[in-house]
Formats: sequence, C-alpha cells, structure tokens
Amino acid sequence: MGVLVFDSSELAVADIPDGATILVGGFVSAGTPSNLILGLTRTGQTGLTAVANNIGLGDLLDELCEHRQLARVIATFAIRASGTRTSRFEAQYRAGEAELELVPQGTLIERLRAGGAGLGGVLTKTGLGTMMAEGKEVLELDGERWLLERPLRGDAALLKAWRGDRQGNLQYRLAGLNFNPVMATAADLVIAEVEEIVEAGEIPPEQIGTPGIYVDRLVQCEPVPVRWDG
Amino acid sequence: MASQRPPTGLSRELIALRSARELAPGSVVNLGIGLPTLVAGFVEPADDILFQAENGILGYLGISESDFDSDLINAGGQPVDLVPGASFFDTADSFAMIRGGHIDAAILGGLQVSARGDLANWYVPARGGGSVGGAMDLAVGARQLIIAMAHVTREGEPRIVELCEYPLTAERCVDVIITDLAVIDVTVDGLTLREKAPGISADEVVAWTGAPLLIPSSVPEMSL
Repeated sequence: MGVLVFDSSELAVADIPDGATILVGGFVSAGTPSNLILGLTRTGQTGLTAVANNIGLGDLLDELCEHRQLARVIATFAIRASGTRTSRFEAQYRAGEAELELVPQGTLIERLRAGGAGLGGVLTKTGLGTMMAEGKEVLELDGERWLLERPLRGDAALLKAWRGDRQGNLQYRLAGLNFNPVMATAADLVIAEVEEIVEAGEIPPEQIGTPGIYVDRLVQCEPVPVRWDG
Repeated sequence: MASQRPPTGLSRELIALRSARELAPGSVVNLGIGLPTLVAGFVEPADDILFQAENGILGYLGISESDFDSDLINAGGQPVDLVPGASFFDTADSFAMIRGGHIDAAILGGLQVSARGDLANWYVPARGGGSVGGAMDLAVGARQLIIAMAHVTREGEPRIVELCEYPLTAERCVDVIITDLAVIDVTVDGLTLREKAPGISADEVVAWTGAPLLIPSSVPEMSL
C-alpha cells in the first residue's frame, strides 16, 4: 500500500471537518508541522480541538486563534507563568472563548499511546493528590494507589518528519521525534509534512521512525523556521 | 515582614552552582526550565553527568552558541550542543525514563515547598491556566528531587511553608531545597538546615522560612 502525496499543505488538510480533534506533533520548534498548521489557517475549519505539547510559545498553532478556529486545546504548556507575554490563545481562553485541558506531559503521551495501541487506559502516579486527579478514578492495586487516565485519539494527526518515502515511511532527524511517532498511531487520518519525499527503499529500514502503515498523506514542504520567543 | 527584604545571599548563578555540586558523579539528571537550566553550565566533564531533556535528548551540554537548528533544542526551547554518545528518542521513551525511575535526579524551580516536602511549581492562582509540562512526572518519577528557588517571593513572603497554598505538583516529593539563603533537607523528622549561605546566620534563615526548621548544633557555610 502506498501513501497519497499532496501538492500543498492546504490541499492535504482541506477535508478535515469542522469540529475535528487534531493531534499536532512537535515540541516548540522541533518536529513541528508548521506548514500543515498554516494550511489549516487557509482552509478555515472552525470548532477544532488541538492536542499538542504547547501553544503560544512562538509556535504557529497560535495562528489558528487569529480567526478563532480552536474551540479547545489539550496541552502541557499553554499559559506562561511570568505573564510577560501572552498568546492569542491565552486571550481567548481568558475571555471564555476557548477551553483548555492541561495535561502532564508524560500523561499526555501515554494517553495517546493507549489510544493508538488499543489499550483501555493508563495507571500512573503522576497527578495523584493534585488538581489533575479531580473527577478521575483512583484504583488501589496491591496496596499502591494509581490514577486512571483515559485513552486519547484524534480524528486527524498532523506530523513533521525529515524524509518520507512513497510507502509512507517516515524518518526523523535530531530531536524532531518527540510526540510524532506516537501521534502517528492515534488518529484516523495521519498527514505528515516532510522536507523530502524519496522512493521506497531509500530510507534504511532501521532508520524508519514511523512505519508507513500509520501514514495516509504526505506533503513535501520547506520547513517553516520557528523559534521560541522567550 | 512582608514589607522587608531578606539579607542578600546567593545570586541565581550561585544557586545553580551549589545545585550542581549536589549531583552525584555519573548521575542522569533532568533540569527544569528557568534557573535550573543554568546548572548545566556548572558541571565539569569529570563529573560524568548526563543531562536528559524531556523532549527527547540524553546527553546535551549547555546552551549552544552555534547556528540555530530548530530540531535541536532542550525542553525550554533553547538550542543545545550534544556530548559524544548522546541519543534521541520519542516522548514515550522519554517519560518511560522519567516515570520508570531511570532518572537519578531532577532539579526544578519552585513556587512553594511545604514542611513535608509537597511541591507547588506549576500554577500561579493569580494568573490561572498554568503550564505543567513534565513537572508532575519528574516530581513523582525522579529518584531525587532538588528544588532550586529564591527563598522568598518578590513581596518578601516565605516560599517554604507549613502547607502549600498554591495547587500541588506532587505530594511528599522534595528531597532537598537550595535557595539564596540555605540548603535544607526534607527529612522524616522535618525540614533540616544543612548549610547556610555565606554571611547568612541560622537565625536569619529561620526568620525567612515559613515552616519549622530543625537546626543541628553545627551548620556549616556553603562552600562555593
């Protein structure tokens, strides 16, 4: 089976419906699918839920707030403690126009992993005795207390890899993996932007970070330079 | 006391230096955002410390001066250089290291630490919303948790308190508190003053601490 190659990031995301839950790979500047995010700003879907490590740290996810496309964000970093800079998302969150679910980073990745791996949930000590445990079940097993966290999946996932081949196999570079390989497993429609599309066989099999069966669409793009603005 | 300021103790850099000295040779260490990131600049190659960044790097050095590569950053988004033998991995692997007990020590910033070692460091009620990152996972999973922070707030209120008023990061997780005034251990008997900053008396540390402090008969000055 192959992968559908799109000519532009805009075309690759055009049929994502309003109200969809979108997993967005990346960690600040590393492995972030900025072209696909910009594609969504042009196709204009609304009522979206974005699941991402961060929003408003110089990333382009915050651009989706310019035209109020995000109804809800599930993230680990969203509001800066210092208050010296604020994002569009923060303004909309404070105005009650967008919702925020803050999730510990390890819990976020394990919820996604459970969602992608057919598991019913995650038992963790992270969040016990904190606000994160409110409304959640605590299980006692063999004398240990565990917080039950539920699986998380997306209607679509937007990923960034270095290279992709025509089977959809993805190769990452440096610290560009982060959330991308797990998010690839946890969405119904997986779209990856890559810097180069190559023929099957060109990426050494042991260097494939995401096997092609997870990937539905590829688009080749020049990476958008992103830098944390402090 | 809220209108006063504590005596001048260590600078941020010296708190980072003292925190670096707390790390056992050969440790695998995660540094939180802010003051803790400075710690990477105070370890020597001979210390054989391996820094882990939760975005997926084991073995980075301090902040890089070379050309910015957007795919090579630490968890604070800052460009870093690698040590020989460094490795990359995804977030699931990274938090398996953190939650699975494979990280020897984490140095995090703090807003408040309680007498029994509860930590609050992710949510300022006056700001709301918050950003948690990997702090809760590190507080629970790192074998040793060192909090590097200012002893009091900008308003002069103690950050070391009987009970945290701010929302918790985790309960009973802190092992050591390193501030501009003191090194304090969290023990089963309570908070214990281990060292005082140069020029600071034990009485001054007690005066600016909002929880009972055990004072051994001899409290040495930090060697920096």
